[in-house]
Amino acid sequence: MTTLIIAEHDNTALKASTLNTIAAAKRLGGDMHVLVAGGNCAAVAQAAAAVAGVAQVLHADAAHYEAHLAENLAELVRSRVRSDAAYTHVLAPATAFGKNVLPRVAALLDASQVSDVIAIESADTFVRPFYAGNALARVQSKDAIKVLSIRTTAFDPVGAGGTAVIETLAAATDLGLSRLVGREVVKLERPELSAASIIVSGGRGLGAAEKFHAVLEPLADKLGAALGASRAAVDAGYAPNDYQVGQTGKIVAPQLYVAVGISGAIQHLAGMKDSKVIVAINKDAESPIFQVADYGLVGDLFVEVPELVAAL
Amino acid sequence: MKILVAVKRVLDYNVKARVKSDGSGVDLANQKLSMNPFDEIACEEAVRLREGGVASEVIAVSCGPSACQETLRSAMAIGADRGVLIETDVGLEPLAVAKLVSHVATKEGVQLVIFGKQAIDDDAGQAGQMFAALMGWPQATFASRVQIAGERAVVAREIDGGLETLELKLPAVITTDLRLNEPRYVTLPNIMKAKKKPLEMIKAADLGIDIAPRTVALGVSEPAVRKAGIKVADTAELVKRLKEEAKVI
Repeated sequence: MTTLIIAEHDNTALKASTLNTIAAAKRLGGDMHVLVAGGNCAAVAQAAAAVAGVAQVLHADAAHYEAHLAENLAELVRSRVRSDAAYTHVLAPATAFGKNVLPRVAALLDASQVSDVIAIESADTFVRPFYAGNALARVQSKDAIKVLSIRTTAFDPVGAGGTAVIETLAAATDLGLSRLVGREVVKLERPELSAASIIVSGGRGLGAAEKFHAVLEPLADKLGAALGASRAAVDAGYAPNDYQVGQTGKIVAPQLYVAVGISGAIQHLAGMKDSKVIVAINKDAESPIFQVADYGLVGDLFVEVPELVAAL
Repeated sequence: MKILVAVKRVLDYNVKARVKSDGSGVDLANQKLSMNPFDEIACEEAVRLREGGVASEVIAVSCGPSACQETLRSAMAIGADRGVLIETDVGLEPLAVAKLVSHVATKEGVQLVIFGKQAIDDDAGQAGQMFAALMGWPQATFASRVQIAGERAVVAREIDGGLETLELKLPAVITTDLRLNEPRYVTLPNIMKAKKKPLEMIKAADLGIDIAPRTVALGVSEPAVRKAGIKVADTAELVKRLKEEAKVI
């Protein structure tokens, strides 16, 4: 029994999501192999080899893996898994990266993927949320090769201490189906949303994009927090889409989540209700957000938030 | 070129899902079911491409029980030209849906297939990518902007921290994200018109495609409910409690 973990990385460093995924793989038992596919990513392969519990790192380096396009990457995974009968599981984090590539891998292996796994009961039985986290399903996979995407917040990252063998994996031919034209990535001064220990999140109550930033940024700066937003705020154009916390955005579980002007729609709660401590600031005392908040402050956010910044 | 749009009938997004008391699933009896919101965005995008002269025809496809005809009528009310229902009462996993849709895509000779990025019932987020794999077509998931230029699609997609733009060779697959467009308000005349558009019914059992579930549902439960905490009087009390009680700052 061997698990193949598809590493998420930026060709320079391993993303934390990979460490959460390896933690989930450990629960399955058996050997763990980590696939690092990219362009000039030898440093990442070395980092993966130093992760506790990893038996083997498969390093595939080619220009056509650099952008992590799903078509070439999925084909590489398929051919590796088919080349060795020991493989029983394929795992990737349920992040934008994993959600893009893993279902493609599953279909190439004629396997039914289990998405967003939050608990591993045995080698074939898993728990996953659906209906925006309003229900949990226990499912048993009958596929010969089980393909799982892992909800990163449900598994604490594994540490260092490994000395895995690095095997070079020959690159497959470039399928030439797609091409990266460009990326517009905003360089954040703040911690990344999915990795932050404190998150300040804004909703429709902010009223405008300028106010969203003017009110929330000083608070986020003071707390060293990442900024998030509800779907309503994203829909209204107050915040970019990658700020979105919820069923259709990011799932987060920080130490402290401060919800400002967020009413607490089901789909938002689905993305943050596993936070350790939740603070809600909202002028409507009947907002559903107060039903999940540890500390609720009923008041005008335009008064309360600056006051809070001053009090910190 | 022809565009195929895959649409799913799901529990309406305004309805809170309730787990059945026997733990066998989510109670859908007497509940409002509607088109998955991301699939509405997919329909809207396809119809705009036709209106912009890029596409010649928009076909909506759905897989599931007979009642999915309603969802196809909704797609046609947005502007799809016709509908295809692959009828089955088998509980379909995304892999099975991908196989059934690939049958229609091949038969119809479409150049572009648009899926929603995820259905808000099972939250799997798989069907589009699986379909792309089965067809050997390129994919652009979580799209926020789509342009068709000759034999290629140029798609901006949502990634962590921003956007990336991909160029795909047609035929290709796109899955929609929230900001791609805002679906139009469906008017009564268009609802009436949709009732007269052609809707083809195909029995899934007649296609000889393996759609049997690969997973066994062992049970469905409600997640642990988070208890409401306390209301604080002011920001000073909030800061004190966060520091001394919760110890998170």
